[in-house]
Amino acid sequence: MMRALYLVPLALFLFFAGLAAFMLNQPKQQDVPSQMIAQPLPEFSLQPAIAGMPGVRRADLVGGQPRLLNIWASWCLPCIAEAPHLEALQSQGVEIIGIAVRDRPEAVADFLGRYGNPYTRIGADDISSLMIEIGASGVPETYVIDAEGNIRYQHIGDVRADTVPLLLEKLEEVR
Amino acid sequence: MRLVIALLALIAAPLAAQNAMPAAPYAYTQLDDPALEAQATELMETLRCLKCQSQSINDSDAPMAGDMRHQVRARLLAGESPEQIRSWLITRYGDYVSYQPEMSATTWPLFAIPLVLVALVGLALLGRLRRRADAGDAGDMGDAA
Repeated sequence: MMRALYLVPLALFLFFAGLAAFMLNQPKQQDVPSQMIAQPLPEFSLQPAIAGMPGVRRADLVGGQPRLLNIWASWCLPCIAEAPHLEALQSQGVEIIGIAVRDRPEAVADFLGRYGNPYTRIGADDISSLMIEIGASGVPETYVIDAEGNIRYQHIGDVRADTVPLLLEKLEEVR
Repeated sequence: MRLVIALLALIAAPLAAQNAMPAAPYAYTQLDDPALEAQATELMETLRCLKCQSQSINDSDAPMAGDMRHQVRARLLAGESPEQIRSWLITRYGDYVSYQPEMSATTWPLFAIPLVLVALVGLALLGRLRRRADAGDAGDMGDAA
C-alpha cells in the first residue's frame, strides 16, 4: 500500500511529459475569436473606400434584413479566393457591406474590376479602428449582423464554397 | 537571374501593398508628455499583437500592432487610464490580448492551485514534524529508562 504511494510522483511526471508531447504535436490554433458576438455594433462612420460608392455608418446596418459585414483588403490574397463565394451569396439576395482595411482607392477599384463587386457599400478603415472595435484580428473576416445592428456570428478567414450555406443558415437564424 | 529577382519581387508585392498606406498617426509617434508616453509604453508591453502572437504590440512592426498602438496613445491622450484601455481591449479580444493575467472565472485556478498546494505541503510537514517530536520524546524516555 505505502509502496504504491511512492509511484504517484512518477505517474504525475509521466502524465505531464505525455501531455507536453501530445500538445507539442497539436496544430497551433491561430484564430482569436471576437468577444463581441451577441453585442451591438459600436457606433462608427467610415469614409467611402472608392469614388462612386457610399461609405458605411452603423445606421447602414440597422433595419430591414440581416446583412453580412465583410472585412477585406485588396492586398489580401485569401480575399481573391473568397470573391466568387461572396458573389454567390449576393446572387442569393444577401446584402454584403464591405470594409476595406488599410487600402488605397485605386487598389480597391482595381480589385473590384478584376474579381467582382458583391458590395452595396464599402467603408475605408485606414487605421483598423472598426476592426479593433468589433474584435477582428485579421483579414478577411465576415460577420452576420442582425436587423437590430447586433453582431451575431463571426467567420474567421476566407469564405469558401462550404461556408456559403453556413452563412445563409446563420442569416436565416437571426431573421 | 534577373528574371528570378523579378519573380521574387512579384511575390513580395502584396507585402509592399500592405504597407503602402501611411501608418496611423500614433503608431510610430510618441506622445509629447513623457509621463503619458511612459504609461503608454508600459501598457503596450503587456498587450499582445494579434497578428504576430508571440510579440507585444510594443515590439511588433505589423501594421495591425501599429494601429493598436495608435488606439492606446490616442485613448491615453483623451484621458482614459491604462487599465480602462486594457479592459476595453479584453472586452473585444478576451484575456488573450493581455500578457498580464487577470483573475476571472476561467483563470482563478491558476492563482488558487499554488496556494492550495503550499497549504497542503505545510500541513503534511507540520504533521510529520509533530510525529517526529513525539517519537523523539518517546525515544528520550526509552533511553532514560
